[in-house]
Amino acid sequence: MLEASDITVRYGPRVILDGVDFSARAGAVTAIVGPNGSGKTTLMRALTGEAAYHGRITLEGQDIAGAKVWDLAALRGVLPQATPLAFPFTVLEVVRIGLSRGVAAGQDGLIRQALARVGLSGFEGRYYQELSGGEQQRVQLARVLAQVWEPVEGGVPRWLFLDEPVSALDIGHQLQVMQIARDYADAGGGVVAVMHDLNLTAMFADQVALIGEGRILAQDVPGAVLRDDLLSRAYRCDVRVNRAPVDGTFILPHAAGMAAE
Amino acid sequence: MAPDIAQAPMLGDRSARAQTLSLVLILLLGAAIVLSLAVGASGTSLWQAVLGLFTGEEVGVRERIILMDIRLPRTVMGVLVGAALAVSGAVMQGLFRNPLADPGLVGVSAGAGFGAIVAIVLGGMLPAGIAAMFGSSLVPVAAFVGAWASMLLLYRVSTRRGRTSVATMLLAGIALAALMGAVQGVLIYMADDAQLRTLTFWGMGSIAGATWGKLLVATPLILLALAGAPFLARGLNALALGEAAAAHVGIPVQRLKNAAILMVALAVGSSVAVSGGIGFVGIVVPHLLRLLVGPDHRYLLLNSALLGAALLLCADVISRVIVAPAELPIGIVTATLGGPFFLWILLRQRGVLEM
Ligand SMILES: Nc1ncnc2c1ncn2[C@@H]1O[C@H](COP(=O)(O)OP(=O)(O)O)[C@@H](O)[C@H]1O
Ligand SMILES: [Mg+2]
Repeated sequence: MLEASDITVRYGPRVILDGVDFSARAGAVTAIVGPNGSGKTTLMRALTGEAAYHGRITLEGQDIAGAKVWDLAALRGVLPQATPLAFPFTVLEVVRIGLSRGVAAGQDGLIRQALARVGLSGFEGRYYQELSGGEQQRVQLARVLAQVWEPVEGGVPRWLFLDEPVSALDIGHQLQVMQIARDYADAGGGVVAVMHDLNLTAMFADQVALIGEGRILAQDVPGAVLRDDLLSRAYRCDVRVNRAPVDGTFILPHAAGMAAE
Repeated sequence: MAPDIAQAPMLGDRSARAQTLSLVLILLLGAAIVLSLAVGASGTSLWQAVLGLFTGEEVGVRERIILMDIRLPRTVMGVLVGAALAVSGAVMQGLFRNPLADPGLVGVSAGAGFGAIVAIVLGGMLPAGIAAMFGSSLVPVAAFVGAWASMLLLYRVSTRRGRTSVATMLLAGIALAALMGAVQGVLIYMADDAQLRTLTFWGMGSIAGATWGKLLVATPLILLALAGAPFLARGLNALALGEAAAAHVGIPVQRLKNAAILMVALAVGSSVAVSGGIGFVGIVVPHLLRLLVGPDHRYLLLNSALLGAALLLCADVISRVIVAPAELPIGIVTATLGGPFFLWILLRQRGVLEM
């Protein structure tokens, strides 16, 4: 269980998140959606202890404010929106950095499994800096997966925090990566993902938190959050939610008539 | 039968190569040590005497004195200073996440030299009691404090939210060196003749003045810094992903940074205290090693120590023979070799510099 209550984050005098409550349970994929600059990444950075916040955040009963970094590393992996690298490491060496500390420390055998999982078998010897943005993002995902490989360890769920894990990817790899998140949750782990694509969110999430101007506008099952009125208000444009031929939902912005304020 | 791939090194894993390189570098260092003991400008070739060290054969009194009281301390100092400078360079580059960071280039050596000069000039004005309390450790301690202060200042100025601006880092180094230079000018003006002679030696960098006495203070400090370096390796690897990502994989980033800054200050401070400013070792050695076996700090730091030591000994041997019977200061040799190499790195790194 991840519980965040009354979270406020300021950058200088600017209030980015204003008393936000957010929770996620293990065994589910929880998506955070909202327009650019609404504070999705900021919420993610607070939840992972990266940004200074007021309020209280607990992960599996541990207050993350007082936790040791290596205890947190054993409990959860974090995929940032983009990760530049300072030196010419190979793909294998980058993934190995995920095994620095925590319970998976030193288990080099996981490297190949993790790379295979993100569809990068055979990339071990390539230089990270020479890969495309999408490939780099998948290498980083492999690093994060290797760090918390088992979704449940000693009865305690592990967690993946993913900030826009698929934004740089083509549709095939988008599905592949979302499926990894789905499988991780189905195996008992927790997944919190900032999502840009509402259709993928509708397809893969169990819970959706819609964020706008530093507040959570709604957090519920996808059907209750991905609604014309809520989305139109949050994204400030006319949005229609439609039914896909089979069983799914798809969401289209409508150019005609911007939503009236 | 399929080949046993479990035994083969994994694709993209340069650990085995890095370990093999360590063995090669150990041999290279051994050869450099023998060379440094045997070759000299004193007109005495000591091959026979060096051989005697190993075989236990009788060695003449004169040879023994040159070997034990001049060549040996000089060689030990070369090994220590070379290792200290190269490892400091590698650690700084990891800390600043930038291959151009070097104690000489960004003003840390200048800070150490400044501390040492203050100690030399003003130390003479201290009450005898206090001066005696510090004894010969006054200069190294002052150099350490100078190096530490400049590391802290440099890091504060050039790094924001875990990102280092290359331009700011280099410019801050220039500003730091200029400031130190100005204050040094005043101190040199105040210095007496004996102090002046000591000071001139800082400008050039040399290990020719090595004595067991100087080594007595510097050796434990450098060894302490070198012994601490391996504990930084995993953290520096993770830091290459940025501070936030390093924390997320379980590295206590603030502690790592403090330790790295302390380690560099200790190594550079004590090196500069005994040998003045010897440039380029800290940038050339790690760069070459990254080209050969990659940036993994678990191997980079050890290999830097070995190659740095070997390279400095070779430079010192060159400085002894190239204008024999006179000697060049070693700083001139490393600058002559390192300068063009540095330009070559700049050409390769142009993309990075345009940031
Ligand atoms: N380090 C920072 N300093 C100041 N403002 C920031 C910083 N990071 C983000 N912001 C601001 O906070 C707001 C929310 O940003 P962010 O959480 O990154 O949005 P997004 O929902 O697109 O991920 C934006 O207006 C952004 O400009
Ligand atoms: Mg974002």
